[in-house]
Amino acid sequence: MRLEQRRGGWVIAITFAVSLMFAVMPLPSWAVPWRPDWVTMVLIYWCIALPKRVGIATGWLVGLTYDALTDTLLGLHAFSLCILAYISIEQHRRIRVFPWWQQSVIVGVFVALGQLPAIWIHGTLGYETMGWFFLYPAVSSVILWRWVFVILRDMRRIYHVF
Amino acid sequence: MKPLFVSGPSFQRLIFFIVTSLALMVIDHRFQYLQTVRASLSTVVYPLQYVINLPVKTGQWLSSHFSDRIELIEKNNHLHEENLLLQVKLQRLEDVKNENRRLRKLLEASKKRNERVVMAEVLAIDLDPFTRKILINKGTQHGVFEKQPLLDAEGVLGQVLHVSPYSSTVILITDPNHALPVQIARTGLRTIAVGMGTANRLALLYLPNDAGILVGDIIVTSGLGGQFPQGYPVGTVVEVNPDIAQPYAQVQAIPAARLERNREVLLVLADNPSFATTIDQFNQKQ
Repeated sequence: MRLEQRRGGWVIAITFAVSLMFAVMPLPSWAVPWRPDWVTMVLIYWCIALPKRVGIATGWLVGLTYDALTDTLLGLHAFSLCILAYISIEQHRRIRVFPWWQQSVIVGVFVALGQLPAIWIHGTLGYETMGWFFLYPAVSSVILWRWVFVILRDMRRIYHVF
Repeated sequence: MKPLFVSGPSFQRLIFFIVTSLALMVIDHRFQYLQTVRASLSTVVYPLQYVINLPVKTGQWLSSHFSDRIELIEKNNHLHEENLLLQVKLQRLEDVKNENRRLRKLLEASKKRNERVVMAEVLAIDLDPFTRKILINKGTQHGVFEKQPLLDAEGVLGQVLHVSPYSSTVILITDPNHALPVQIARTGLRTIAVGMGTANRLALLYLPNDAGILVGDIIVTSGLGGQFPQGYPVGTVVEVNPDIAQPYAQVQAIPAARLERNREVLLVLADNPSFATTIDQFNQKQ
């Protein structure tokens, strides 16, 4: 039974690795502010799909890796991702039954919330303020959530990740 | 009785992770203890960065292998011409060097310019969009150290911020958290060039209104602070706004180095005694 529950951990690891790669993939300069928050989207998906397996600790570890990857202050993404993981798990029954457009809006709100710590920290470190730029990833994530959700759900079903 | 629904995530655990992240951020910002943690994490993620860089590298390899014969001949001719020109310049440089040495001997000043450089490649990775940083493919395994200056063919690029075994992060001179001691080449006036973030500009600080700076003045590194070698081009002054209401004029410069368009950069191994150590020795003598 225990073995049954722990199937397909490598699928989760690979989806996180791919999302981290997308997060630092070079984009043309006009598209950089619009880069969807892939890591947050993947985390939210696994939190609402498998709340028993993927949770606060996973979010924190992925966030720390994200920090090392983008050379930000260690703990910055870890901070926002562990909070987002908590909220997603807390609300996973509600989010699961939402129609897809409502789900997308919720994901957009989560992505926007996840940007806030970064904005505060950068403000205190003396970088210029971003204005409304922090909402752009939320908008692109809202648009792309439907496809991310379908791809991850199909992967979960094909590889029997439970 | 067993509950019908599993209980939600543990709040204590969330608090624990939040406190840990906050502590990490404070320690990372204030102290140096986390360098090894960062270096090992960077080593873990290096394969990801390498894989992302791979398509770009493959594209370059393909374009170099399948480019036209005519194009190659043209390029070869061009390089030949450039080489000839540089050779001629080098001859003159030797002459000037000798003259310089002679004059320095007369002045009894012993300042040697003897820097070696190592080539590094910029990885096609988008780091934190708030800051101006790049990732290069050389690390401690190749002798890179923290605060090592970086140049390109045109001028000063930045300095190494974090090193890990196989890669290192470089902070560019246009990052708002980077300051570079410079001087105006024409007048010898010393100042500090601070990055202005997204605008590809440098702000020159603490220049009085009557300093006599002109648009078009070249600024070079002053060598003060001991991190950067002296006399490398940094940029050109493009804007001088004397402000009578303020004690200092607002002066801006454009960096000489092609900050965002480089594939190859040069790491400087300065083996001449830096200015900082001479200052220290001076203080010790006193």
